[in-house]
Amino acid sequence: MLEAPGRLLPRPMSLCQAPDGELAFLIEAIGPGTRALCSLEAGDAIHVLGPLGRGFDLDVERPLLVAGGIGIAPMPYLASVLGGAPALLGFRTDRHAEAATLLPGAEVVVEPRLVTELLPDDPGDVLACGPAAMLEALQALVPGAQLAWEAPMACGYGACYGCVVEIEGRYVRLCVDGPVLRGGTQGSHTSPLLRGAAPIRRSGALAGHSPASPANDRPQLDGTVR
Amino acid sequence: MVPILNASGCLDALTAPEVAKSLDAFVTKTVTPLPREGNPPPRIAETEHGMLNSIGLQNPGIEAFVRQHLPQLASLGVPLWVSVGGFSADDFALLCERLDDLAEVEVIELNLSCPNVEEASEIASELVAAARAATEKLLYAKLSPATWDIAETARAVAEAGADGLSLVNTIRGLELDGKTLRPKLAFGSGGYSGPALRPIALACVYACARAVELPIVGMGGVRSGRDAVELVAAGASAVALGTVLFSDPSAPDRVRGELDAEAKSRGYLSAAAIRAVAHESSSPIAASAD
Repeated sequence: MLEAPGRLLPRPMSLCQAPDGELAFLIEAIGPGTRALCSLEAGDAIHVLGPLGRGFDLDVERPLLVAGGIGIAPMPYLASVLGGAPALLGFRTDRHAEAATLLPGAEVVVEPRLVTELLPDDPGDVLACGPAAMLEALQALVPGAQLAWEAPMACGYGACYGCVVEIEGRYVRLCVDGPVLRGGTQGSHTSPLLRGAAPIRRSGALAGHSPASPANDRPQLDGTVR
Repeated sequence: MVPILNASGCLDALTAPEVAKSLDAFVTKTVTPLPREGNPPPRIAETEHGMLNSIGLQNPGIEAFVRQHLPQLASLGVPLWVSVGGFSADDFALLCERLDDLAEVEVIELNLSCPNVEEASEIASELVAAARAATEKLLYAKLSPATWDIAETARAVAEAGADGLSLVNTIRGLELDGKTLRPKLAFGSGGYSGPALRPIALACVYACARAVELPIVGMGGVRSGRDAVELVAAGASAVALGTVLFSDPSAPDRVRGELDAEAKSRGYLSAAAIRAVAHESSSPIAASAD
């Protein structure tokens, strides 16, 4: 969760890149919170809380990254830890498609063509992020695909019950049971995102977060990034 | 000492045990007689000066709560306040009876005022009387600020047997999507919390502290020790944190420290000594810079 200066609530963001000593986020300015984040200048400081929730399972044999629009955000990091996994990207406009430069070698389509048209017959292990319509299409086309969903979120650590999605007839909190879900088996893995990769003060305010999670070896980050 | 609690529904002690342990007491999310799935999403929206929520009392129901959640909560070692909610005197009686002989439960908070459920409640004093008849536990009545005379309600629930007041719940609000001009929340309206609620809460605490002798847990938009000290000055003996926990899980320790510093900088021995000073006729400090 990234503090959005001047706003009451932080904003949930996935990590885009993690070069040594840095965390990089790709943010589209679509509302007051994301605009505040995009207005930050070099040297500004914000509060960061993370890593939170259950991310992508990186123990996959044939990864295929699929992203739509700003859903490209987590893909550069995934590509780097998955040995340059192939990627399929879809965008609304040529201008949005400029983001594809973050993922050299990816196959790119622009609307009216859809990213799902690029799926091979045997897509392998799909890791996807994008708009709900794209994720729903993938859910039908690729059973078992790992899908990163999005919901309005106030806290990111299970406190507010605001970010629920309906799974098998029940409301589950996307922040603790997701944001990556996989039909039937969601929640069995936790992302190693940020493991040991952050220049952040660690005060452990959330140490012990999510006792059901196998991720107690993760560093708990709660601090300020400059 | 001025105890720092969480506002009901603003923290899950099982997903964030370290945050819960930093509180002087943990208040559960409201438990109802039967399980509730809650309201459909979207359930929250940020506004200019606060946030709206319409969670709709999602909870596992009293039986699953007592059997599954309570033992885990008790193992945290933090005093437990259980918030209960219902739609009739019978509901409150059933809930309080179920909790009555459970040693883990220190206080029962009666949620008399959730703005996110459609059922109409019976009047507060009847619900408190039913709860009082069902349990020996300490009973705190959580009241809505959306009443024309909250002091009258406070007197009524005190008469009916409440041991304390939790002031205040959220107040109903609505936010429309700027493009579609339709409600942002699936439920339509939601409970409004955050900084906008603070002066409203302060007025309620002030009014109730004049009306009844009961201890008061003050809450509503508290973000800092300065906010907390004002609730204490208005008459609160404890302060609860709500929306601030969403952006700052370390708020309990921070606010506790700031509150102590506020008291010392104003020449008081402790924050507790500030209680109700707003009701005293004259201030020892002639003028304040702000």
